Amino acid sequence: MSRQSVAKAHQKIQELAWEPLYHEPVKHYGTDYTFRKAQKKDPLKQVLRSYFPMQEEKDHRVYGASDGAIRGNMFRQVQERWMEWQKLFLSIIPLPEISAARAMPLLFRTVPNPELHNGQAIQMIDEVRHSTIQQNLKRLYMNNYIDPAGFNSSLRNFQNDYCGTIGRQFAEGFITGDAITAASIYLTIVAETAFTNTLFVAMPAEAAANGDYLLPTVFHSVQSDESRHISNGYATLLMALADEGNHQLLERDLRYAWWNNHRVVDAAIGTFIEYGTKDRRKDRESYAEMWRRWIYDDYYRSYLVPLEKYGLVIPHDLIEEAWNQIWNKGYVHEVAQFFATGWLANYWRIDPMTDKDFEWFEYKYPGWYDRYGKWWENYNRLSTPNGHHPILFEDVDYVYPHRCWTCMVPCLVREDMVMAEVNGQWRTYCHEECRWTDTTAFQPTYQGRETPNMGQLIGKREWETLYHGWNLADVVSDMGYVRDDGKTMVAQPHLNLDPKKMWTLDHMRRCPPFQSPNVLLNEMTPQERDAFHANYIRGGPAGRPAPAED
Amino acid sequence: MTTAQERSVPKPVFTDAEAGAKVFPDSTARRYNYYIPQKRKQTHYEDVTVEVQPDPRHYLSQGWLYGFSDGRGGYPLDWTVLKAWGSDRPEPERFPGSGGKGYDWPAHGWHEFRDPNEEWELTLYRYNSNVVRQLNQNIAAARQAKAFEQWNPNWVRFVECHVGAWMHVDHGLGLYLFANANRRAPTNMHNNAISVNSMHRIRAAQDLALYNLTLSEEIAGFDGAAHVETWNSDPVWQGVRKTAEQLTAIDDWCEAIFAANVVFEPLVGELFRSNLVQQASPGNGDWVTPTIVGAEEYDYAERDLRYTKAMFELLTNDREFADHNKAIMQEWLSAWVPRCIAAARALQPLWSQPDSKPPRFEDGLDRAKSRFTGILSELGLQTPKELSQ
Repeated sequence: MSRQSVAKAHQKIQELAWEPLYHEPVKHYGTDYTFRKAQKKDPLKQVLRSYFPMQEEKDHRVYGASDGAIRGNMFRQVQERWMEWQKLFLSIIPLPEISAARAMPLLFRTVPNPELHNGQAIQMIDEVRHSTIQQNLKRLYMNNYIDPAGFNSSLRNFQNDYCGTIGRQFAEGFITGDAITAASIYLTIVAETAFTNTLFVAMPAEAAANGDYLLPTVFHSVQSDESRHISNGYATLLMALADEGNHQLLERDLRYAWWNNHRVVDAAIGTFIEYGTKDRRKDRESYAEMWRRWIYDDYYRSYLVPLEKYGLVIPHDLIEEAWNQIWNKGYVHEVAQFFATGWLANYWRIDPMTDKDFEWFEYKYPGWYDRYGKWWENYNRLSTPNGHHPILFEDVDYVYPHRCWTCMVPCLVREDMVMAEVNGQWRTYCHEECRWTDTTAFQPTYQGRETPNMGQLIGKREWETLYHGWNLADVVSDMGYVRDDGKTMVAQPHLNLDPKKMWTLDHMRRCPPFQSPNVLLNEMTPQERDAFHANYIRGGPAGRPAPAED
Repeated sequence: MTTAQERSVPKPVFTDAEAGAKVFPDSTARRYNYYIPQKRKQTHYEDVTVEVQPDPRHYLSQGWLYGFSDGRGGYPLDWTVLKAWGSDRPEPERFPGSGGKGYDWPAHGWHEFRDPNEEWELTLYRYNSNVVRQLNQNIAAARQAKAFEQWNPNWVRFVECHVGAWMHVDHGLGLYLFANANRRAPTNMHNNAISVNSMHRIRAAQDLALYNLTLSEEIAGFDGAAHVETWNSDPVWQGVRKTAEQLTAIDDWCEAIFAANVVFEPLVGELFRSNLVQQASPGNGDWVTPTIVGAEEYDYAERDLRYTKAMFELLTNDREFADHNKAIMQEWLSAWVPRCIAAARALQPLWSQPDSKPPRFEDGLDRAKSRFTGILSELGLQTPKELSQ
């Protein structure tokens, strides 16, 4: 920066904006929100003359650390249990990042404040940074970690795997539908302000505990940009609050965005942190403890609640319900168990839990062993091929769940599952709030009000349906999750790289055909469906079938 | 005696999880295997860029998950009327028991585009940091050398009004044309290149604004707000302004990039920067302004035009839609060339304002036209008759 102060320079660049005299810029995106022109200030006063060198300096630190990691043989100390989950995480995260870049133009014509547009443009290029720096990190892992399978096929797998599909909401939710719902409330107010704390701060700390200091290096560098983005969101939110007519939509969007982020991010990051770590020190924070600190205290109590005085209706009930799901209903444990049940349709290896893990879980989550311990013992027992099927097809007291049509995480907390018939299809939802999102929020009217710009939930939302009736060997081949010998699977339910201990397509060939729960549901008579539902919600925890009725 | 309590920290563990420690299927498969590189070997740029933005036509088996209110999600190919091979094939149908496969990669020709600048975060920050550092040093050196004292009053007025006015073009196009277009193209390679282009323009706008601020501090009587008045009401600039605004109003993202980088920049941008400011500055004792304006000229001539040509060459040579694309681009030329020529001609009075005159306007315009026809020739397009206006 020259001797001109940042404040003065920032003041000067406000002269750049101009109102059109002859032609209005194209308006590609709509919103049902209304904004009055307001001189809301860009709180960070970023000027490119200082921004570019600052980012370059951050890059120097990141790439210096990368060189150091390789020279210092970091991969001799990384935990494979941890690194395997990075195959999933790093296949997902570059798309949300780049989608955030793509989201910024949604705000140009809908938020009439040129000063904020500067901040949004800088956010755009920050997000290009994040996406490509994360792709680069994955490339480094692929080149230097013992097992490149899954890293090497990452972006194909991400596009056709059900876990990738769940994660993709955290990207597509930013770029379509009502411009403010997507690019402001879902992206900046909830995803970035609340959940990047667990994504980019809590998770890297766990990486470091597992011998990987590159993930913290890259993601803390990324997180240092997020404060700018949070400010962008905050300024837009205050503008939206200035118009009473927006309050109803803000309430709707906060409910949807909060709940969806909880369902998606807590599922993934909770699993990585709790089941991907080898650090079982009793005084290390559990995901629930991290969540309480980063989400409940830092976001909910320190950020959201103070906005009530401006008229924002906070979804207190859903914040408490998310905590209830994590603490009382074992949401993260149910998700991890499901991922491990379906290990064969993934592209990473999932390490069995050991006695040491059991002890830690029981300490952190009293009652854990009674719920999940037996199942994980079975997982361990069935992890190497020995004449049996994968755990999915063995009798381990686990009922394969139905998929939530909205968040696409399965309906794992069985008692919460609800159903609805929409457009002639019976759909299952993991929770009443997900049913509300589909049947009430994402509709062209909301509480009697026209919402013509609201988006739609689209796509083939149950992965299982695409493969209804298929043999698993064909499923795995179709998705491309096969190693270079043409038969050994990328995914394994253990970390043993001895080829004799690894599952192959031949093992899958012997399994019964795979069936889509949703297809079966839609084949039922109304009476059968009611009975099915009554039985389903009596099931669990840990996927157990409903107890026999007296 | 005190005893130190052992701190609770994770313990390093030797895991031997580095590449090459064991041999097993895929143990040496250390390349991204889901795309075909443009050349023989995969580049670093391709590895960090290709396929980040998914496509239901090949791997995206469950399709887009969120749509706009009309039910369309993702990046529809018909957000431009240009087409790449395969564009007209329907999206693969997925249904119960269909499996997930789509067309073989890349499924259509849009995925074949690669940015010849190979821009990703490392390159874009390195490049732009070098530019702003060099500009800062140039300005600091000029200040120490009292370089601004050599400017005659007429040139001071010229810089405050007219060099200053150009910052508005950069800002408007950077934000509302280029940044806007980064949501529109069907691949990550397109959208990242367009994002970088956007930042060049926004940076160039700020370079000029902050230079203007320095001049306000260094030159007595320099009117730091004159550029705003000039942009708003000087008739000389209204043609440029009208055209710039019209560029931001384009719906079709390809047309927007084409009209801005293939037509407007050579005929108006380079005419103003290279054939007026750069030529007039030295004679008027100004060796600083050309370094500021020259940085932007390099952005365009050596980087932004380079990716633009690669992007449109692919379409004019497309194996299925070359004729279709060329016909549309010719229509765009017929529409945008007259607008840009009119904007350029409206600038003509500027050539007579400095005390030391630059080469004649007509000579400059001829050079700009010649440069423009060269670009068209490389793209396999015909020079439109409207150029002779």
